[in-house]
Amino acid sequence: MTSPFTPGITAGRLTPETLSSNFSDLHAPYDGHEASVAADRCYFCHDAPCMTACPTDIDIPLFIRQISTGQPQAAARTILEQNILGGMCARVCPTETLCEQVCVRETAEGKPVEIGRLQRHATDSVMASNAHPFTRAPSTGKRVAVVGAGPAGLSCAHRLAMLGHDVALFDAKPKPGGLNEYGIASYKSTEDFAAREAAWLMQIGGITLHTGRKLGVDVTLSELQSDFDAVFLGLGLGAVNALTCAGTDRHGVSNAVSFIEELRQASDLAALPIGRNVVVIGGGMTAVDAAVQAKLLGAENVTIAYRRAQDAMPASLYEQELATAKGVRILPNVMPVAIHGNGTCAEIELEYTTTEGGTLKGTGETTRLPADQIFRAIGQTFVPAGTDGPALEHGKIAVDATGRTSIPGVWAGGDCTPGEDLTVVAVAEGRDAAMDIHTTLTGEA
Amino acid sequence: MADLTTDFLGIKSPNPFWLASAPPTDKEVNVRRAFEAGWGGVVWKTLGAEGPPVVNVNGPRYGAIYGADRRLLGLNNIELITDRPLQVNLDEMARVKADYPDRALIASIMVPCDEASWKAILPRVAETGCDGIELNFGCPHGMAERGMGSAVGQVPEYIEMVTRWCKMYYDKPVIVKLTPNITDIRGPAKAAKNGGADAVSLINTINSITSVDLDLFAPEPTIDGKGTHGGYCGPAVKPIALNMVAEIARDPATHSLPISGIGGITTWRDAAEFMVMGAGNVQVCTAAMTYGFKVVQEMIRGLSHWMDEKGYTSTADFVGKGVPNVTDWQYLNLNYVAKARISQEDCIKCGRCYAACEDTSHQAIWMHEGRTFEVNDAECVACNLCVDVCPVENCITMERLAPGTVDPRTGRTVPAEYGNWTTHPNNPMAKAAE
Repeated sequence: MTSPFTPGITAGRLTPETLSSNFSDLHAPYDGHEASVAADRCYFCHDAPCMTACPTDIDIPLFIRQISTGQPQAAARTILEQNILGGMCARVCPTETLCEQVCVRETAEGKPVEIGRLQRHATDSVMASNAHPFTRAPSTGKRVAVVGAGPAGLSCAHRLAMLGHDVALFDAKPKPGGLNEYGIASYKSTEDFAAREAAWLMQIGGITLHTGRKLGVDVTLSELQSDFDAVFLGLGLGAVNALTCAGTDRHGVSNAVSFIEELRQASDLAALPIGRNVVVIGGGMTAVDAAVQAKLLGAENVTIAYRRAQDAMPASLYEQELATAKGVRILPNVMPVAIHGNGTCAEIELEYTTTEGGTLKGTGETTRLPADQIFRAIGQTFVPAGTDGPALEHGKIAVDATGRTSIPGVWAGGDCTPGEDLTVVAVAEGRDAAMDIHTTLTGEA
Repeated sequence: MADLTTDFLGIKSPNPFWLASAPPTDKEVNVRRAFEAGWGGVVWKTLGAEGPPVVNVNGPRYGAIYGADRRLLGLNNIELITDRPLQVNLDEMARVKADYPDRALIASIMVPCDEASWKAILPRVAETGCDGIELNFGCPHGMAERGMGSAVGQVPEYIEMVTRWCKMYYDKPVIVKLTPNITDIRGPAKAAKNGGADAVSLINTINSITSVDLDLFAPEPTIDGKGTHGGYCGPAVKPIALNMVAEIARDPATHSLPISGIGGITTWRDAAEFMVMGAGNVQVCTAAMTYGFKVVQEMIRGLSHWMDEKGYTSTADFVGKGVPNVTDWQYLNLNYVAKARISQEDCIKCGRCYAACEDTSHQAIWMHEGRTFEVNDAECVACNLCVDVCPVENCITMERLAPGTVDPRTGRTVPAEYGNWTTHPNNPMAKAAE
């Protein structure tokens, strides 16, 4: 009988019932009354700080007021006009560092209006009705290639299609959605939400999806430039940063993003192997998503090992607290020195760190943790392969405020461009690029 | 704990909280439960004339207005007077009064507007041993169509006439319950007084349609696709009732007439406010219908606590205490100049004061960099809207400009002396100051 205490990497540590419960919604959706009580807490602020904090500029006070007056679907329209992936953003946005952080009730009471959950209430009501609230403008006859069906690409494609352009949407993966489909924790996108949202978005019409088409391999940028009136690049980050310590080749060491993707695509969680002692190297959202899910799969001990102080972790305090509440240990100020084991990893050796004069350095003191599975989550890098030349800035595609690259007729947005790598930022960039493409192609503002 | 024993028209009750004539006082079982919960008195639900009782609708009788979290703010009803036989009610009243001699028991009555009807019922009511009667001249729905209730209350001559009959055929206190569905409450109050009433009680419910069903296109409560106006009550009507109580209390013609205050009383504070405005006691209905009879316990403890804080030992110490401060607009001091002050420490930067002032008032609040809000004294007329819309209590206050200082809005020095409209130079009817 397999259990959390079974040594090594093994499947079925928990019963299917426990797994199902563990991977259900992180926050249960509001029922109607809960939503109206939560909505009533909104003060309908003048020039509301939450709106300013939202990368997609959703009129938050207005949509919340629409919920409180009994029209969640009308509220959803207000959201979706600004952010067509408002449903996913309601689930994955770090609202605690965006809209909810600046909510005046956070200032007043330390308890913000729960904007994310209210947004979910509104957008879920539209998804439940399976109605698409927007209609396509008459065809402009213009054709646009959108590369990457992640948040930036989907947002761009929808806006272009709505404005009457014909969109060809390319993605290297077999399904659209990008990180929504492959890269976030399962409990944030239950019941196949990412796929349902992408399908719902396509209801606008005018978008032809081409999956399994990787830029630079199956299609080139120059081909797209000659076949289409405009090109938008909404590419993801192709490479996982390497872990530079001894023993990284040992069995049991892998990338957190691969683990998250495998988990998201798994049809049977009980068949997914996980270690007894899991160590995640890193301090961002990916590290938290991997660590929490490792715990939920039944790992006995899960540790996030982060090289700087805990308050420097890129993962928000909320995410950190989620991790610790699920039983994950956060071990700050440690960096990997070596991974030990005989072919398969058994222990990780960590050196304590300190910051002196702004420089991180080892103290010379080390500790060892049992580790039969180690996930690397120390960041991802954009790989410009296949993009054939737009100028880069800090390793990403340089763009102006409207998403124009150095190559005329080619726009870009999302994680492949500089700026915060957040779903909601990608949605904004895709939308804004679409508006600029539209203006450029039609001369209409 | 201050003693709340109240003497109203010689009727003693352990506290000033009576249940108003309404569904909660329709039956012995309810009234016994009310007395057990601590209510000081009960006005039994309105009795009709001998004969087949009235009938009520068999669909919904109530409609509601809600605030946040479905808090009931206003209730509307189309229920008529008691639909149980007269003798059943009388027998129950007698039994209850015998068992609770220390509580006030008042019979509410509504019979046709002829002397014989009143002459017939009054001796039978007297036999129950109840402490007095209340004449229901207020119900605005149903019975008014039959020439009773507010149909009587809207004609001062009828009020006076019926009150006089009651004083002739009944020897205990007669309270006249007034309808607010008139233009000036003082007329009916004077009529009651002229007819010999011992007191008035007010307000009865207000004509209302609480909401409209937007699928049926019919008012609610909807009975088989139709609705009718009902009587509105609950917290929402309190300001209307308070004004009417104060109007009667301060009118020289009715100043000495005892008042039983009714209208949206939900907490000890509401009760204290009615009493300060001249009500000798209060009657409650909607609060009990919303929260059950136990709600009186907060009122009792709250009023008693407040009296202790104020050093009052009897409700008589503060009844009517605020009446001299109710005046006409023309006597308000126009030389009293205030300005809004925003506490930056308490401000949560919602900007509602700014939106309200900039969009709908006097453009007297600046919104600075970093969402700080400041009052522009050169524009502020001290309207109080910013105070009213601010979600933080006491964050914005109205502070008086000291006499002798210059009001930046008018450029005039604030006078120390009182000055009102009657002597103001802009008033064509102004009298020279004496």
